[in-house]
Amino acid sequence: MANPDLVSSTDTILTVDHLTMRFGGLIAINDLSFKARRGEITALIGPNGAGKTTVFNCITGFYKPTEGMITLTHTDGSHYLLERLPGHSVSWKAKVARTFQNIRLFSGMTILENLLVAQHNRLMIASGFTIGGLIGLPNFRRAEGEAVDKAKYWLEKVGLTDRADDPAGDLPYGAQRRLEIARAMCTGPVLLCLDEPAAGLNPRESLELNELLLSIREIDKTSLLLIEHDMSVVMQISDHVVVLDYGTKIADGLPEAVRNDPKVIAAYLGVEDDDVEKIEAQVGL
Amino acid sequence: MEVFVQQLVNGLTLGSIYGLIAIGYTMVFGIIGMVNFAHGDIFMLSAFIALIFFIFLTSWLGIGSIAIALLIVLVLAMILTSLWGWAVERIAYRPLRGSFRLAPLISAIGVSIFLSNFVQVVQGARNKSIPPMVNGGITLFEDNGYAVTLAYKQIIIMAATAVLLTIFWYVVQKTPLGRAQRACEQDRKMAALLGINVDRTISLTFVMGAALAAVAGTMYLLYYGVVSFSDGFVPGVKAFTAAVLGGIGSLPGAVLGGLIIGLVETLWSAYFSIEYKDVAAFSILAIVLIFMPSGILGRPEVEKV
Repeated sequence: MANPDLVSSTDTILTVDHLTMRFGGLIAINDLSFKARRGEITALIGPNGAGKTTVFNCITGFYKPTEGMITLTHTDGSHYLLERLPGHSVSWKAKVARTFQNIRLFSGMTILENLLVAQHNRLMIASGFTIGGLIGLPNFRRAEGEAVDKAKYWLEKVGLTDRADDPAGDLPYGAQRRLEIARAMCTGPVLLCLDEPAAGLNPRESLELNELLLSIREIDKTSLLLIEHDMSVVMQISDHVVVLDYGTKIADGLPEAVRNDPKVIAAYLGVEDDDVEKIEAQVGL
Repeated sequence: MEVFVQQLVNGLTLGSIYGLIAIGYTMVFGIIGMVNFAHGDIFMLSAFIALIFFIFLTSWLGIGSIAIALLIVLVLAMILTSLWGWAVERIAYRPLRGSFRLAPLISAIGVSIFLSNFVQVVQGARNKSIPPMVNGGITLFEDNGYAVTLAYKQIIIMAATAVLLTIFWYVVQKTPLGRAQRACEQDRKMAALLGINVDRTISLTFVMGAALAAVAGTMYLLYYGVVSFSDGFVPGVKAFTAAVLGGIGSLPGAVLGGLIIGLVETLWSAYFSIEYKDVAAFSILAIVLIFMPSGILGRPEVEKV
């Protein structure tokens, strides 16, 4: 369970409010509202095509939602309307980081460079927009030292310290997934959005991932929002589960409660032909 | 032998100028995958800027020291040409980003025509010349009455290329800006998600390319002493060839390609016919690309399956 002194029931980090996303005639998300609490791991689950990744794309500024509002709240009380921020401010100002279903590392750069790129803005400012960096201002050297230390901390945490200078593309699949999480964390986010982090991992790697995610919540005090198909991950580590089906929220609550919800079972496993109408009426289709 | 060494020196000088222009092509292509056809005209424009400032400084202000005048001209040309490069990107390319692939290319051709015609209208169609700025040189050796000389202006050109290439290579490899540029090269959306201002990074790439074109323009003026509004095209195309030859996207490749094109051109002119020097340069490109499609230092694209 979440660290109690981090969480109070009113402390919401992300509010998704009446979010609707249409692509032409297709309604990918239909009037979705949910909240993610600070210091918790919130899981967004649902069958294929339920609109989970679309929600992520709206949160991280890839899509402009047709309707609705996505608000991120920092501990100092400042609010960011994510759907209005330009691309790079989602990370730099609102401090939201994300990973993708498919791996999107900078494969030609070294592992260390991948982690330094994630700290670009701080370094850019410290380097006086490059000129200061060229003449080696002490201020820039210090900032770069700190950036490397932070990168080392994350390399240690994901177990890639000894490969820091290898090209990122040379890593095996599981290590690339961990590096993506490390890179996202190097941006210093308050909310980390992970799109199917356990996809393609073997059971042992999947367990390691669980530990990494729990430690990000406990030690690095970062809230997580994750999309996951692997139910063992969802049930073991999430504090709160939101279930989507056809772009509509069908359940929202504690993992145990969601697991036994008939609508969720119907959405995942399908139902007998006779029950379709009854279930659809319940779901509100 | 003497003729060969002399042509080698001349070829390296010309190649340095091509190399400086080629870096602008290669960096812009690397980051947004677009051939900036206006780059040759930016180079021509910078030669005019240098010309105007040089005449202003020496004739009007009466600055006696050529070294100081040259340095001021170089800095001013770099600054003003960078502004042009920035403005061209902002006005002609950025609004078309995300449009279909040919759109910015056509826009670039438009900018190229605009720039050369603009200079033709403002500066006139005739060649503009300056009195020789740097005279003399070092006689390397003399044989059979043929003196092989290394002119001071050739030394300046080669030294400027070497120094600037080192600085720019350092910027791209070691500074946060360079890392951001390489990140944008590989995945612009991911770079934006990590907080990198992609538009600004692209603008700075154009600025860097234009600044190097300005160095090339100033050096061109220093070397030949004349410039005309149409001088952007052929050096531009040759520099683009150099970038492709060296492996587009690679900075050292651009300079290497420039040197090869410069050498082929001058050696061909010396030993064969001067009329066909361009044919020779472009033939080398064709031959190299048949056997090394990604250029000499370019990385082949390998898809991991």
